Amino acid sequence: MKHLVILGAGTAGTTLANRLRRRLPEDWNLTVVDPSPTHLYQPGLLFLPFGAHDDAAMQRPRTRTLGAGISWVEKMVERVDLEKRRVQLVGATELEYDLLVLATGAQIRPDLTPGLLGDQWRQTIHDFYTLEGAQALRFALDRFVKGRLVVNIVEMPIKCPVAPLEFLFLADDFFRRRGLREKVELVYATPLDSAFTRPLAAKTLGGLLEAKGIQVEAEFAAAEVDGEARVLKSYDERQVPYDLLVTIPTHAGAEYVTASGLGNELGFIPTDKDTLQVKGHENLFALGDGTDLPSSKAGSVAHFQAEVLEENLLHAIRGESLEPGFDGHANCFVETGGHKAMLIDFNYTVEPLPGTYPLPVVGPFRLLRESRLNHLGKVAFRPLYWKALLPGRPIPVPTRMSMSGKRQPKPTLLSAEGDSHAHA
Amino acid sequence: MLTHEYAGRPITVNEEGFLADSAQWTPEVAEAIAREVGIPLTPEHWKVITYCREDAAKQGQSPGLRRITQNAGVTMKELYQLFPKGPGKLAAKIAGLPKPKSCL
Repeated sequence: MKHLVILGAGTAGTTLANRLRRRLPEDWNLTVVDPSPTHLYQPGLLFLPFGAHDDAAMQRPRTRTLGAGISWVEKMVERVDLEKRRVQLVGATELEYDLLVLATGAQIRPDLTPGLLGDQWRQTIHDFYTLEGAQALRFALDRFVKGRLVVNIVEMPIKCPVAPLEFLFLADDFFRRRGLREKVELVYATPLDSAFTRPLAAKTLGGLLEAKGIQVEAEFAAAEVDGEARVLKSYDERQVPYDLLVTIPTHAGAEYVTASGLGNELGFIPTDKDTLQVKGHENLFALGDGTDLPSSKAGSVAHFQAEVLEENLLHAIRGESLEPGFDGHANCFVETGGHKAMLIDFNYTVEPLPGTYPLPVVGPFRLLRESRLNHLGKVAFRPLYWKALLPGRPIPVPTRMSMSGKRQPKPTLLSAEGDSHAHA
Repeated sequence: MLTHEYAGRPITVNEEGFLADSAQWTPEVAEAIAREVGIPLTPEHWKVITYCREDAAKQGQSPGLRRITQNAGVTMKELYQLFPKGPGKLAAKIAGLPKPKSCL
């Protein structure tokens, strides 16, 4: 028997495993390694602090998300022995592999910023990238009646780069509905030089921040937090006081990645941006939030990558050459508050453009513009996630980005540069 | 693309002032760009600039801040003192490299 082993059963690993399980040749078996007994619907974490979702509906037992024919090993990975082609698991067990897929994602690392994990963690300092964090923040928001709420991205890259903005738009709506908006100051402290990393979307989303009276502290590189004094400090010695701090901590890859000599400075895996093969390792592949690719760390991206990697693993098994199938495609609904959302659809080279989606003119979704239908699209995504995306059933969104329905505005100084999705 | 004269030579730069072709870079060009952005270069600056150029030659892209602090022997605080405001962007600009991309 030959062994295909997938490390990590999040959106990327689960989707890939379920897509592959019926297509692998008979002499191959498929194993997935993940220490957690439940699968968490991560997009729901954004809504939890505002009390919109019930927590139980966001989780399913792992056994229900992995289809028949997949062996699940409920263990943590300690290290990959690249020479012997073995995965060492915590507790001295080992798994052999012929092909290995790294899908272990990104974790928040509040420990990397001095002051975050002090006495005030989950009191006046919160995150919403974990279930416990989002639940604690829900409690804090419910009691927050006046003061200064600061949302801070410590450093890029992060999962779902629009989530901090969505959080602010939803907070604006949340306090408005409670009649408290005038008593609450909303501040966005970001290391980016504008609201988003691509020019047109930055302009549109920046305009929304302004319209909603959200202050922006741009090019803010957070150095430390003084939890007692409630001040966020930057490396260039700016100080941002807060009453409630919502931090998006530094993200890093899984620890075994670095322990195996595979990670960059944050433990993200250097990966070929077109084929998803790990650079310099013929029998290793990576997808999802754990790669070092300049694509978004987002569920839609993991899904498109799974479709590409499904084919490339089958090519690798047959000894064929790999396809440069991944174009960096991301497709994200951006909640803008008041039961409206925006849709952005983009890839490595094409920034989010205005227009309609998926069809020209009729849409029904609007690109880079708010609409109620876009919001319904975001809400409708959850059942689609459990019933179609994770099980690997077809979803009516093409793997590669399409220009159909998109309008290219006249070139300006800003957009003339093409892929200048850049910042410090 | 625009042409700018640095150290007496015509250099092609983009709208934000980053060199279009890092092969046009010389240490004298770096000194000229640094003067323009108001940063007098010290040996500490050169340590960072040299690292950025070496790393970019190997990696094919400008290094991010965390990468620089991990490998060039400067702390984040020092990096902000050397290149105030946007150290990643400023170091890349002076080193004749593209604006650093950080994934989104």
